[in-house]
Amino acid sequence: MYKIVSSVKRDYIADLVRQGKRIDARTLDQFREISIEVGPVKSAQGSALVKIGKTQVIAGVKVEHAEPFADKPDSGMLIVNAELLPLASPTFEPGRPSENAIELARVVDRGIRESDAIDLEKLVIKSSEDVWAVFIDIYVLDHDGNLIDASALAAMAALLNAKPLEDEAWTLPEFPIQKKPVAVTVAKINDKLMVDPCLDEEGVMDARITIATIEDGSICAMQKGGIKCFSREELEQAYELARVKGSELRAKLG
Amino acid sequence: MKKPEKLIVDGKRLDGRTPDELRPLKIEAGILERADGSASVELGANKVLAAVYGPREMHPRHLQQPDTAVLRCRYNMAPFSVDERKRPGPDRRSVEISKVTREALEPVLFLELYPRSAIDVFIEVLQADAGTRTAGITAAAVALADAGVPMRDMISSVAVGKIDDTRVLDLTKDEDNWGTTDMPIAMMPRKKLITLLQMDGHFAKEEFGQALDLAFKGCEQIYGAQRQALRDKYAIKKGE
Repeated sequence: MYKIVSSVKRDYIADLVRQGKRIDARTLDQFREISIEVGPVKSAQGSALVKIGKTQVIAGVKVEHAEPFADKPDSGMLIVNAELLPLASPTFEPGRPSENAIELARVVDRGIRESDAIDLEKLVIKSSEDVWAVFIDIYVLDHDGNLIDASALAAMAALLNAKPLEDEAWTLPEFPIQKKPVAVTVAKINDKLMVDPCLDEEGVMDARITIATIEDGSICAMQKGGIKCFSREELEQAYELARVKGSELRAKLG
Repeated sequence: MKKPEKLIVDGKRLDGRTPDELRPLKIEAGILERADGSASVELGANKVLAAVYGPREMHPRHLQQPDTAVLRCRYNMAPFSVDERKRPGPDRRSVEISKVTREALEPVLFLELYPRSAIDVFIEVLQADAGTRTAGITAAAVALADAGVPMRDMISSVAVGKIDDTRVLDLTKDEDNWGTTDMPIAMMPRKKLITLLQMDGHFAKEEFGQALDLAFKGCEQIYGAQRQALRDKYAIKKGE
């Protein structure tokens, strides 16, 4: 998933971080340039292409009839899937979804599901028999770091872009979105925290924590990754970063 | 069972516990003959086994790393461990849990001491009642110590959450289903460093800190039980 970084570059990045600087001249709390293009794919209900720096992720929303889960007869379904396409990185290979693809999909899923971003109760056609299933497919096109934030942002932008379905059974005036969860990933390198790690930084980071927040700044999902650890103070600092940066990202969703 | 109106009545939870109380916990070390290290954890209705093989030669060989051992973890649920039979084999959930389990354990291991080798951790959930990933990590850490793998610290793991707007320690299945928040945590109990953190649900700003407090407290108890399990196996008793 992460690039192998030469020891020279590794030392260089570590050295910069010690001075509060970064390899691409950003500050520690600065995202790369973000752009969101909504509706690039007309065959989807909703879609969005998100770029964070050179990372590119496209998300497509498709809605289909489905039989509800037996334990949730009065709820629509949400299915998030992520593909790390072989065209996006020399380290991505075709075949079954890797551990990283599964984690990516599940972290994005958790943010949207746990915040009740979609009002799934409105997506019932006939209780226990027929509901709408919302499929969010995340397509990673170019991997230059921080896929989680880019994917979560693309998924949310695609949902906000989703049009009512042209189907007799669809009665809602618009797609039932009620929250805008946003994920912010904070990386730790040499005991310093920074947002939006680029690929080189991901290659040298000790650990990362992704925190998804909603409008009021409360947390709806978290996931720690990487092979080192966080202290309690670092976690609280990361949450503060996620809250502030999260509202900046949310503003870009419109 | 239908969702009860309240999950906490008069300060007591459905199973009679207080919010900051762990379920009955039993940990045993060295319970499997063939494994290099092993442990079982029973936490309430959870029954989890962990086995460690290695450090041993890495197969397939192309996965060998010239400068370090590779830690591999597999979390798996028995088909009979849950109400509705679970299809055998890895699903998306267990692949993710295996990954975060590896990342939870790796910070305490000196993998660089064993180049070209593998350390395999197998976690099997025999009976599940919420909190199986944390019980699995707790068991795996004891199994690693039982295998004699050098460690910087123990890893203790527990879930905290929110039910009826109250922060609680160690959720049961019912509490997880009907509660608002679940946050599994693993940490180094002596150094107080967090190696696993996941969360789904809802925490307001100050609730996150309170939940962390509760998790630290819970892990301390788990750590005590882990040490006791290792002592029970390895301490030289009088007359021996």
